[in-house]
Amino acid sequence: MHYLLTIAMLVCVSPSLFAQDAAGIIKKVDDNMISETQIMVSEMVIHGKRNNRVVTSKGYSEGRFKSFTEYLAPDREKGIKMLKLENNLWIYSPSTDRTIQLSGHMLRQSVMGSDLSYEDMMEDRKLMDMYNAKVTGEEVIDSRKTWVLQLNAKVDDVAYDSRKIWVDQERYVPLKEELYAKSNRNRQWPCYGGSPLKEELYAKSGQLLKKTVMSDIKKIDGRWYPTTLNYKDMLKDGKGTDFIVKEIRFNEPIPEYIFSKASLKK
Amino acid sequence: MKLAIHLAYKNLMGAGLRTWLNAGVLSFAFVFIIFYNGLIDGWNKQASIDSIHWEFGNGQLLHGAYDASNPFSIPDGHGILPKSAQANLTPILIRQATIYPQGRMMSVHLKGIDENQSVLKLPTHLLKKSTANIPVIMGTRMANTTNTRVGDEMLVRWRDNNGTYDATNVTVVGIFETNVPNVDVGQLWMSIDKLWEITNLGQHATMFIANEHYVHQNIPGWRFENQAYLLRELTEIINMKKTSGAILYILLLTLGLLAIFDTQVLSIFRRQKEIGTYIALGMTRWQVVRMFTAEGGMYSIFATILGALYGIPLLAYFSKTGIGFEITGDEFGIVMAERMYPVYGLRLIFGTLLLVVLSATIVSFLPARKISQMNPVEALKGKLQ
Repeated sequence: MHYLLTIAMLVCVSPSLFAQDAAGIIKKVDDNMISETQIMVSEMVIHGKRNNRVVTSKGYSEGRFKSFTEYLAPDREKGIKMLKLENNLWIYSPSTDRTIQLSGHMLRQSVMGSDLSYEDMMEDRKLMDMYNAKVTGEEVIDSRKTWVLQLNAKVDDVAYDSRKIWVDQERYVPLKEELYAKSNRNRQWPCYGGSPLKEELYAKSGQLLKKTVMSDIKKIDGRWYPTTLNYKDMLKDGKGTDFIVKEIRFNEPIPEYIFSKASLKK
Repeated sequence: MKLAIHLAYKNLMGAGLRTWLNAGVLSFAFVFIIFYNGLIDGWNKQASIDSIHWEFGNGQLLHGAYDASNPFSIPDGHGILPKSAQANLTPILIRQATIYPQGRMMSVHLKGIDENQSVLKLPTHLLKKSTANIPVIMGTRMANTTNTRVGDEMLVRWRDNNGTYDATNVTVVGIFETNVPNVDVGQLWMSIDKLWEITNLGQHATMFIANEHYVHQNIPGWRFENQAYLLRELTEIINMKKTSGAILYILLLTLGLLAIFDTQVLSIFRRQKEIGTYIALGMTRWQVVRMFTAEGGMYSIFATILGALYGIPLLAYFSKTGIGFEITGDEFGIVMAERMYPVYGLRLIFGTLLLVVLSATIVSFLPARKISQMNPVEALKGKLQ
C-alpha cells in the first residue's frame, strides 16, 4: 500500500518538478545564447533548387534593440548594410546608394532568399521573458541527452505562440527548436512517458512553422554556443538555410557610432 | 454667299482627283480623331463602371490611418465605427498574410467582407453557402499566379491582433473574373466574420463601401472619398492618353490642312484671270475672298462625306466587336478590359466636325486674303502679283 502511495505521489508531483526545472533550464539557455554585446562573422548558406548561395556577413549587436550587419560577400551583396534600432530596420544598398526603412509586412519577407525573415532576425527577446516552460520529455540527439521543453507564450505580443526546444542536458544549449502557430486546436503532443498531455496545456499549439537544428557546439568565451544552425521554413519547399558562425566574440564594447544611420553609408 | 458656295462646288468638282485627294487626307484625320477619342472614351466608361461595381461602390469611408497607396498603413489602419454610423455601409477589413501555394511563399492581403453584401460584384454569396472551415474567393489573376482551382486548399499564415503567427488551410470556393486588378492581384477574400475571428479584431474595419443611399456626415477618425475622387487616377490616365493621342491626330490633321493650304495658294496663283474677271463683273474683292475661302472650307465638307462613307461602317464595326489588345492593365494596376469597345458620343462627332471645318476654313482663308490686295486690271491681264 505504501509503495502504491509513493508511486501515486511521485506521479502527481513530477509535473511541478519538471515545471520548476524548465524555468531554470531556459534561464541557462538564455544565459548561453544571449549576451550584452556580440560581434560575429558568419556565413549564410541558402539552398536553392539548382545551386547554393553563400552570403558572408559581419554583425554587431548590443542588447535587444541594437544590431548592425554588413554583408561582405558575394560581390552582388557586398556592401549591403542593415541597421536595427528598437523595432525599426533600415537597409542600405550600395548599388543605389539609398537607405530604405522596412516595416510592416516587408519585415516578413525573406532575407536574401533565405528561410529567415527580417523579423526572425529582429526577434531576440529572452525566452524566459516570453514563455512558460515545461519539460515534456527526454531525447537523445547526436549522442547528446536532451530535455524536450514545451514553451507556451505567457505574453500576448510574441511572434510564435508556442515552441518546442530540445536542450542539451549538460551544456544548456538548444539542439533543435520548433516554432508553432496558434491554430489547429485539436493537435496533441507526444509527451514524457509516451501518453498525450492534457489538451488544455497545448490548446494553442498549431501548425509547425519553422524548425531550427543547431550543431557544432563549441565552447567560446566560457559558454557553449552552436556554430552551425539550419533554419527551415516548414511551410516552404527546400532544404532551409544554414547559418555558420565563423567567428564570434561576446561582451566586447562596441562603439556607439556603429548603431547609427550614418554608419550605413560609411 | 449662295453664289460663292455654288461656284466653289463647281470649281472643286471640276478639279477632280486633286479635290478627292485633299478630301481623302482630311477625312482620314477626321475618322481617326473620332476613332481614337471614341476608344479612349470607351475605355474610360468601361473602366469607371467596372471600378464602381467592383471596388469603389458609391464611395469609400476609410479609417484615418489607412492609406490605400501605402501598405505600411495596413497593420494599424483599422478601427471600430459606431453601429449608428454604419447604415448603408459594407465593412472591409484588410490584413497582411503569406500563402504557400505549391511550397512557394507569397505575400497577400486577406480581405474580409460582409458575405451578405451586394454593393460590390464580388461573388460573396459563395462564402455564405460554403461549408468549408475557412472559405475564400479570389480573382482569375490570383488563381493563375498560384495555380489554384475551385476546391483547392491553400495554407495561409497571418498574424493576429497581438502579432502572433497563426496558420491554417483555407478552401478556395470561387474564382471570379474581373477587369479590376485592385480586387484581384495578391488578394484572398473571405467572410469578415471569419477574419475577425482568426485575427481577434472583432468589429474592426479598414474601410466601408457606401451604397447609393449613403449620405456622408463627418465622423472623427474616418474620411470619406467619393466616386469622383476615387476615379481621379483613372481620369488622369485617360486625360494623359488623350493628350498623347492628340499629338498623333494633330499631325494627321496638319497634313490634311497643309494639302488644302497648298492647293489654295496654287489656285490663287493660277486663277488670277478668273479673279480679275469676277471683280470686273462687279464682285467686291472680299466677295472673291469669301468664294475662295468657301472653296477651301468645302474640302472639309467633302472630307466629312467621304469619311462618313467608310468611317461609319468601320467605326460601327469596332464599336460592336471591340478591339482586343495583347497587353492588359494588370502589370500597371489599371482597369483595362481585354477588349475595348469605342464609344462615339454626339459631342465627339460634332466637335470633331467643327474642328475640321473650322481649321480647313481658316487655312483656306489665309492664302485667300492675298486677293484683297490684288489690282483687278493686272489680275485680268494674268500678270503675276
